[in-house]
Amino acid sequence: MQLFNCHFCGPRDQSEYTYLREAAAIPGLEAGTADWQQFVYERENPCGAHTEWWQHNHGCRQILQIVRDTRTHTVLDIRPARPTGTSS
Amino acid sequence: MKYSVFSLARQALRGHLDWPMAWRNPVPKKHYDVVVIGGGGHGLATAFYLAKNHGIKNVAVLEKGWIGGGNTGRNTTIVRSNYLLDDNAHFYEWSLKLWHQLSQELNYNVMFSPRGVINLAHTEGQRDQMFQRGNRMLLNGIDAEWMSRSEIARHVPHLDCSDNARFPIFGGLMQRRGGTARHDAVAWGYARAASALGVDIIQNCEVKGFTREGNRITSVQTTLGNIDAGQVGIAVAGHSGVVAGLAGLKLPIESHVLQAFVSEPLKPIIDTVITYGAGHFYISQSDKGEMVMGGDLDFHPSYAQKGNLPILQDAIANGLQMFPILSRVRMLRHWGGIMDMSLDGSPIISKTPIDNFYINGGWCYGGFKATPASGWVFAHTIAHDAPHTLNRAHSLDRFETGKMIDDKGAGPTAQWH
Repeated sequence: MQLFNCHFCGPRDQSEYTYLREAAAIPGLEAGTADWQQFVYERENPCGAHTEWWQHNHGCRQILQIVRDTRTHTVLDIRPARPTGTSS
Repeated sequence: MKYSVFSLARQALRGHLDWPMAWRNPVPKKHYDVVVIGGGGHGLATAFYLAKNHGIKNVAVLEKGWIGGGNTGRNTTIVRSNYLLDDNAHFYEWSLKLWHQLSQELNYNVMFSPRGVINLAHTEGQRDQMFQRGNRMLLNGIDAEWMSRSEIARHVPHLDCSDNARFPIFGGLMQRRGGTARHDAVAWGYARAASALGVDIIQNCEVKGFTREGNRITSVQTTLGNIDAGQVGIAVAGHSGVVAGLAGLKLPIESHVLQAFVSEPLKPIIDTVITYGAGHFYISQSDKGEMVMGGDLDFHPSYAQKGNLPILQDAIANGLQMFPILSRVRMLRHWGGIMDMSLDGSPIISKTPIDNFYINGGWCYGGFKATPASGWVFAHTIAHDAPHTLNRAHSLDRFETGKMIDDKGAGPTAQWH
């Protein structure tokens, strides 16, 4: 079983986390349909390093940004999706 | 050589030393009218129907590995057309009709076995949903049949239909014309039939890039050199994003790993395909006696043809809730395949923004049953530079226009389809 090293909780079993989606800039409220179509439907889907958002559902419930190699599942980088210390 | 009882007898007398290769192994030519990238079932079927239905015989199929080595040989071989939405129903029903005559069409035994496919319902809500789907199927001219719990208990005696089951069974939706087929025979049969019509099947040939002139692709760069192409179609399943990326396109597709597994061979105990409704699990028994089983995706993007154990454990737990008799059966093999999960759960068989470049992908772990119709309509799309009636709705631009075909109603989250 693979361990993901949560920024807040430390190394935890992958089954505690839920994959959300590919990381991408969220369009602003003023953005048009083309921007939203790209954000909602288009994917980089690389064979290699992939930047993605996961939620630590069964832990701190924070959303983490993970860079993972899709060929080997190796975690290359893991950090909070939002800079820490900011309020929601 | 045509396969028949006479050729079998003739070869038997010669000690089976005289069988020709099933398909030719040619050196690639400089130019082809159509280059199909991907030598799986879909790519080979496309080449076959290009030659047979449209008379386009100067065709190459480029395969990175070997024929039958990808998802065509890595699935649970289920064939069905029990879809809710019209666009999918008509497409998959045409596929099922082709399946019923495929062995004769290809002169190759694909061992299609219409043994029926049962989807179990465990709640009243699920039952109502199946009534709706079954009625929609009947209206589309597709066979569907509601089976009560007692009918299912008679039909599948080892299934736990008691009140003590973890999720007691209400009944199920049966499609009797569905079933299974021998998966790699489908690839081999199409390869042999296409090769006999003049299609060049080129194995161990990986595509590395495209040469473009204006809005057209003029040449395909491969590990065996450049091949000029009049038209290019891709049918590369899990690698759709990678190959389309070489042409500069971004697709509404994510690649996920799906695991499947088979048990040691048992005596015949299940003579149908049956799927669990209280979890995600499907099971049938192969002609060799192995239980062929599958469950959920691993729920994260992956190009590794291997999965993790928790998904396996979950699938087996579902299986045991259905068939307690399997509790001490040993597993024989276990593997992963890379699925091209589209963002609405339905395939994309379409023209693209590039003039002579066509895509066939987004099969969402349901591609095997679609193989004949997929090839049929993709060949039509390439030959006429316009979609067939059956795949007009499965266009790439539906994600811009909002005409999604979301059979499950799961929304734009690839892993939920």
